[in-house]
Amino acid sequence: MRLFDALFKDAPLATRGEITPKLGFALTVLLAIVWLIPFLWMGVATLRPASDGINTMAELMPSLKPTLDNIRDAWEIGDFPRYTLNTTIICTGILLVQFVTITLAGFAFARLAFAGKTLIFYLFLMQLMLVPVLLIVPNLSLVAQLGLYDTLAGVMMPFFASAFGTFLMRQAFEAIPTELEDAALIDGASLFQRIRHIYVPLSMPSFSAFAIISVTSHWNDFLWPLMVINSPDKRPLTVGLSVFTKTAEGTQAWGTIAAGTLMVIAPLLITFLIFQKRFISSFVTSGIK
Amino acid sequence: MSLAEPTALPVTTSVSPRLHILKRFTTGFKASLPAYLLLLPSLVFLALFTYGAMGRVLIDALYQRATPKAPVRFVGLDNIGAVLADSAFTGAVVNNLIYAVGTAIPSIALALLFALALSRTNAVTSVLRAALFLPVLIPMVAASALFLFIFLPNVGLLDYYIGRLLPVLPNWLGDSDIALYAIMIITIWKNAGYYMLFFLAGLQAVPEDVMEAAHLDGAGPFQRLRHIILPELKPTFLFVTVIATLNAVTQVDHVFVLTQGGPSNATNLVLFYIYQQAVEHYDIGKASAATLLTLAALMGLTALSFRTMANREGGA
Repeated sequence: MRLFDALFKDAPLATRGEITPKLGFALTVLLAIVWLIPFLWMGVATLRPASDGINTMAELMPSLKPTLDNIRDAWEIGDFPRYTLNTTIICTGILLVQFVTITLAGFAFARLAFAGKTLIFYLFLMQLMLVPVLLIVPNLSLVAQLGLYDTLAGVMMPFFASAFGTFLMRQAFEAIPTELEDAALIDGASLFQRIRHIYVPLSMPSFSAFAIISVTSHWNDFLWPLMVINSPDKRPLTVGLSVFTKTAEGTQAWGTIAAGTLMVIAPLLITFLIFQKRFISSFVTSGIK
Repeated sequence: MSLAEPTALPVTTSVSPRLHILKRFTTGFKASLPAYLLLLPSLVFLALFTYGAMGRVLIDALYQRATPKAPVRFVGLDNIGAVLADSAFTGAVVNNLIYAVGTAIPSIALALLFALALSRTNAVTSVLRAALFLPVLIPMVAASALFLFIFLPNVGLLDYYIGRLLPVLPNWLGDSDIALYAIMIITIWKNAGYYMLFFLAGLQAVPEDVMEAAHLDGAGPFQRLRHIILPELKPTFLFVTVIATLNAVTQVDHVFVLTQGGPSNATNLVLFYIYQQAVEHYDIGKASAATLLTLAALMGLTALSFRTMANREGGA
């Protein structure tokens, strides 16, 4: 009870004595523990030696003789360094091109008057509704026609334009006082110079929010790269992990699967734990991406 | 139309209205040119992969090949008819509806509980929020790899700890009556923490003094929830419901890894059906027809939700 009192000490005085909120809190704590169990199992199973046998595989108590064999096996059987490299190339490639397209388009919507602005705005809005994942079939034919089947560029291309990013940058640019731009205009700065030296540096928080959403969502993409990529050495992490899981499942190598999964999600988890606040506020703005 | 034509007539004193419009259009276009150039890179990719893809779905849905190597021929609405008559498709639609309702309601309810319990910020709630948010970050494929073992018959995590309490051990992913619900558990686990964020943001708008005043008037926690908090969160509910519905249609990676739509199509969802038609059966006509139907349903739903949102804003 002492602990509860401490946790509720900043609640409004009048409601501090109520039981229901405390029950809700206790239930949430219980569920948060349940939510963590898959991660806990992943960690414990990764370090469990195969000699412990299949019957103790589900045991959540860590083994007394921890081993790194599973990590080594996963590293050797699965081609994880290669997959990590491919995923990194895909995410970086998409992000770099997106930075250019969303900056330019966001600036046009924020600061320029032009004929057909409303119409073009709705054209962008349509991308948010036509979820790109659903268009995998026509996009695969297009990628094949462009000669990009089984290439990383083919995986990246459909995501180069981002309506979500454009709207995010439009919002950021609109918040920048026009006086700053006017001053640069008097000094004879060109359009690109003004974007490059005034708008971009002042919008870094929006860029980083967008980068977080873009990288996590494409790090996790599965169905689209699965369709585009055919060669084993071009697989991203998700596709690699699914193939690896299929193989290891056949031999009941659950420790190796846990180790492989750990390797795939570790980079994201570590980044999240470092930049927790940023991640959470970015995801709140992401709504529909 | 020649631009030089009117100037060749010396009698014209005033500019012809047609030229006037043209001139306005060209000057308008000239003034707009920098904006168009800035929009061009985005519009090229949108044209290729969004609008073009839409058009392509429409056209592909009207054509069919007799054999994979035969030339395409126009078949009109035959593909759509074939998809609607395919019990695998209608089954996938029914599954997807059950899946959408069965994942949206529990995950939204849990998200609300989490947000209410963790609305105040301190070290403990921050840790709990992070714990509940972790599944959101990881790829669905990785979540599936973990749940593959959790649902494993006999030696898996669930059977090992909970199975002893049950008279008969269920085959979570192998029984066609249970598999869809097993799949739903993964989705709820993965998405509840995401929706929690929106409710946490929404709760910021609930004024604390109103809550306190209500309490002084004798309103209990449930009455305050019902009469103050929930009305305030209405827009959040609508927004989260739209996202949950979109997720129910677009997230099928776990079906691919865990069940491949089986056993006997019990976990087949619409997007996985589309994937199967395109990649496994090379039937682009049918895949496109199914895509078209799904897009139409989703767009109808989005339009409806936008209208509700607009009405609400206009009314309030």
